[in-house]
Amino acid sequence: MENLLLQGLNGLASASSLFLVASGLTVIFGVTRIVNFAHGSLYMLGAYLAFSIVAHLPRGHLGFWGGIVLAALAVGAIGALLEVLLLRRIYRAPELFQLLATFGVVLVVQDVALLVWGAQDLLGPRAPGLRGSVELLGLRFPLYELVLIGIGPVVLGLLLLLFKRTRWGTLVRAATQDREMVGALGVNQRWLFTSVFFLGSALAGLAGALQLPRESVNLHMDLATITEVFVVVVVGGLGSLPGAALAALLIGELHAFGILVFPKITLVLVFLVMAVVLVIRPRGLFGRAQVAQAAVASVAEPVLGRAPPALKWLGFAALLVAVVAPPFLAGDYALIVLTDMAIAVLFAASLHFIMGPGGMASFGHAAYFGIGAYGAALLTKWFAAPMLPALLAAPFCAGVAGVLFGFFCVRLSGVYSAMLTLAFAQIAWSVAFQWVEITGGDNGVLGVWPDPWATKLNFYWLALGCSVVGTLALRRIALSPFGYALRAQRDNTLRAEAIGINAFGMRWVAFVLAAGFAGVAGGLFAFAKGSVFPTALDIPRSVDALLMVLLGGVQTLAGPVLGALAFTGLHEQLVRATDYWRLVLGAVILLLVLAFPQGLAGAVRRWWEGRRHA
Amino acid sequence: MPPLFSGIEGKAMVGMEIGRRAILGSAAVLAAPRLARAQAGEPLKIGEINSYTAQPAFLQPYRQAWTLALEQVNAAGGIHGRPLATIHRDDAGKPEDAVRHAGELVNSEKVVMLAGGFLSNVGLALGDYASQNKRLFLASEPLTDAIVWSKGNRYTFRLRASTYMQCAMLVEEAAKLPAKKWALVAPNYEYGQSAVRWFKELLKAARPDVEFVAEQFPALGRIDAGATVQALAASNPEAIFNVTFGADLTNFVRQGATRGLFEKRAVVSLLTGEPEYLDPLGDEAPEGWIVTGYPWDQITTPVHTAFREAYKAKYNDYPRLGSVVGFDTVNAIATLLRKANTTDTEKLVDTMRGLEFGSVLGPVTFRAIDHQSTMGAFVGKTALRAGRGTMVDWHYADGAKYLPSDAVVRTLRPGS
Repeated sequence: MENLLLQGLNGLASASSLFLVASGLTVIFGVTRIVNFAHGSLYMLGAYLAFSIVAHLPRGHLGFWGGIVLAALAVGAIGALLEVLLLRRIYRAPELFQLLATFGVVLVVQDVALLVWGAQDLLGPRAPGLRGSVELLGLRFPLYELVLIGIGPVVLGLLLLLFKRTRWGTLVRAATQDREMVGALGVNQRWLFTSVFFLGSALAGLAGALQLPRESVNLHMDLATITEVFVVVVVGGLGSLPGAALAALLIGELHAFGILVFPKITLVLVFLVMAVVLVIRPRGLFGRAQVAQAAVASVAEPVLGRAPPALKWLGFAALLVAVVAPPFLAGDYALIVLTDMAIAVLFAASLHFIMGPGGMASFGHAAYFGIGAYGAALLTKWFAAPMLPALLAAPFCAGVAGVLFGFFCVRLSGVYSAMLTLAFAQIAWSVAFQWVEITGGDNGVLGVWPDPWATKLNFYWLALGCSVVGTLALRRIALSPFGYALRAQRDNTLRAEAIGINAFGMRWVAFVLAAGFAGVAGGLFAFAKGSVFPTALDIPRSVDALLMVLLGGVQTLAGPVLGALAFTGLHEQLVRATDYWRLVLGAVILLLVLAFPQGLAGAVRRWWEGRRHA
Repeated sequence: MPPLFSGIEGKAMVGMEIGRRAILGSAAVLAAPRLARAQAGEPLKIGEINSYTAQPAFLQPYRQAWTLALEQVNAAGGIHGRPLATIHRDDAGKPEDAVRHAGELVNSEKVVMLAGGFLSNVGLALGDYASQNKRLFLASEPLTDAIVWSKGNRYTFRLRASTYMQCAMLVEEAAKLPAKKWALVAPNYEYGQSAVRWFKELLKAARPDVEFVAEQFPALGRIDAGATVQALAASNPEAIFNVTFGADLTNFVRQGATRGLFEKRAVVSLLTGEPEYLDPLGDEAPEGWIVTGYPWDQITTPVHTAFREAYKAKYNDYPRLGSVVGFDTVNAIATLLRKANTTDTEKLVDTMRGLEFGSVLGPVTFRAIDHQSTMGAFVGKTALRAGRGTMVDWHYADGAKYLPSDAVVRTLRPGS
């Protein structure tokens, strides 16, 4: 009994620190609609800065707590700077495009932290006067954890006061409800956004700094935190502070008690919670419908046009070169890279199909890629299937998963839908990771090599063929009556349904199609690499796909193709050229984001049209 | 270098098997004396792949020592006059990227062999690539038993003492403890699961009277330390076996110490004595834990002292265990290439089987039966000295003594 009570307190302590990070993210999202991937990086910076500042201040209460506050303020300033220099310039870009920019920031911060603070984990000082523990029910409980349990609710209370009782808070709440209207009433939105970014980032910094007496400061803090925090924010309802608090409480306690029953549950628990909550409550616990915003967003998407003939010929010429040239020019390694690119193009195109024409973002598209890869690999391993039948099975496996997961995901909208896809992807990942008997766990499935006839060149042609046929098929579908209906429901669900379009059905079919094509890419991937690991369906792969689509531009059908080529090409070159490839890649992404807010394909098209008109 | 000489060296490469020394000799006479040493000949290239950006804490010391060893090998004349060169690649912790780099290194850079790997899954992916493409791969760091046993193949060798070996070393000590009720905590992935499985199996064999009262498997890098410590304490064990490392270990130790989990309990802990994991704990390093590790400041063999001083002189820092692994990987490769005197993969593999080389820690053999090296580990107790953790009462456990019998290995390694 005493143990259970103390376990409850442990849950409260984790919930409190979880809430501190999540509060900043939910405040930022509520006002700016930015999916701030860099929030985990700000959290990590808070911890590192606190470590350095506290080390330079005199020991004692003032030095320690002063250092924590200074670190939080410094991170707030960094966040405000990010908003002014980067995000402010791309608010007009399509939805989620800012995610690309914040991801660039993540990459840059990772290498900067490594350069400044070194690779070794740092252990910060304990809080003065709070080193020890207190006796509770005959068991010892750390004093600092008790303080932490108190800090969470205090911060929540202060934030609620700030939002309910001050003019600034009123403006922020108004902007959360209807951004356009607040602007129309003469409020300086720029200042409002910058200050919100300052507050949200400072909260992230504070949360990181407060971990100093609890945990080591290390370079993995950013990504270890960010997904969990997103889950908290979404489960609570985007933009809702009480929601985030309740969600943090729920997850903290479920964790603490969950490990008593299922010690391995921590791998997937948060995503199970998110899936259940979103299936029951599509806008999280306390989320509200964003009517005003939805109406604004829906007129922004332009109609898909056919490419100008000259560009089309250019594409055909490039394709011809890709088919004919390799046997004469490229070595074996070039074939490997080209095969990777072909697979990436198909994967990105499949994601674009639901993101562009479908209007549904997905943060978990790797699930279908990975299920395709595992499907093919497991058939080869357990049933000794030859390559072609295994490849044929890949889209089927992925499609079945798409039917199942899609049914739930397409009922939701916006970020909620995207996060539900992430939840399912992580559940699929944890199955691949934990079901060691079948999938080999994280040691993966080995020995999935192509049949003897498929030399590197033949396999490249096979991958290229699948990629081209798949991409063209997706294009054909997007321009078919089905594609028009799909876009109709994206642009205005109510009107689409009024003329008899089954919006849910359209989205579901589109989701399954996208899953199937991603599965083809996954199957090819399995044979190209010779082995499949849970990384095939992990979050970084989903993020890669998202980056490719956003980099290319959501609004053109050529976007994902260009984006995939640019991203894989850049990555491949940079990794070989420099040890600090993350820094350079991040910087390049930021430059591209600032230069081409419509994506690469959008920029090409604009340039082309501008030239014609000139 | 003037074209005249490069032409001669080109021929030298072709005729490497027969008259290489004679031709190189004449090249040396023609060239300036400075060129006569390591540079006289095309470099022998090694492809090295590791998770540099994903695991910098372990891999920076590894890479530094690698570079040091490379310089030493080349200063001593390289491989029969040809310098040894390395091309490093970062896989960012993704097996699929490692496989792509392997393709590049083998096909474009024409490396003689592959080496590296920190994460087990990267090591396995590279081992599978090596087997498929018939290239020699020396896995330096991955600990998984699968790489030499269940997934072992002709082309893959492994340097470090494996999960099994380190567990066996610790079980030897654990069995001497009076404790009967054990609790276990391990990161939830293959390494943690294998370590727990071997520890239970071997300890049960040595001490049939023990029982295991609790198991915790926190997600790697995301331990909820307070709850985990509480859950272990609730089972009231007499001893604890810990497999967590890195950030998880730090958080676990902090919470455990504040809550008194380690008081009056024996703790046996894998890898905790390695400076990579012990040093970040500073003056909060636990005392009296039985660990495997690397007491770099106390090893006084001439070979190790020379290595430590050279490392300190070059980098103004002390070596970590990763440094030993990096240094010895190059040593093993240099010994192999000198002895084999060829770049033919099949002959290299045949030479590697049973190859003995002088490791920093003492002579080490790559066993022919399963391609595992006999490199051992240091077993001892942790202690605090001058405000930082170190190892006391340690001894070097020779890896050869902690491997199963040949008959058992044959059942574990279907490929042999």
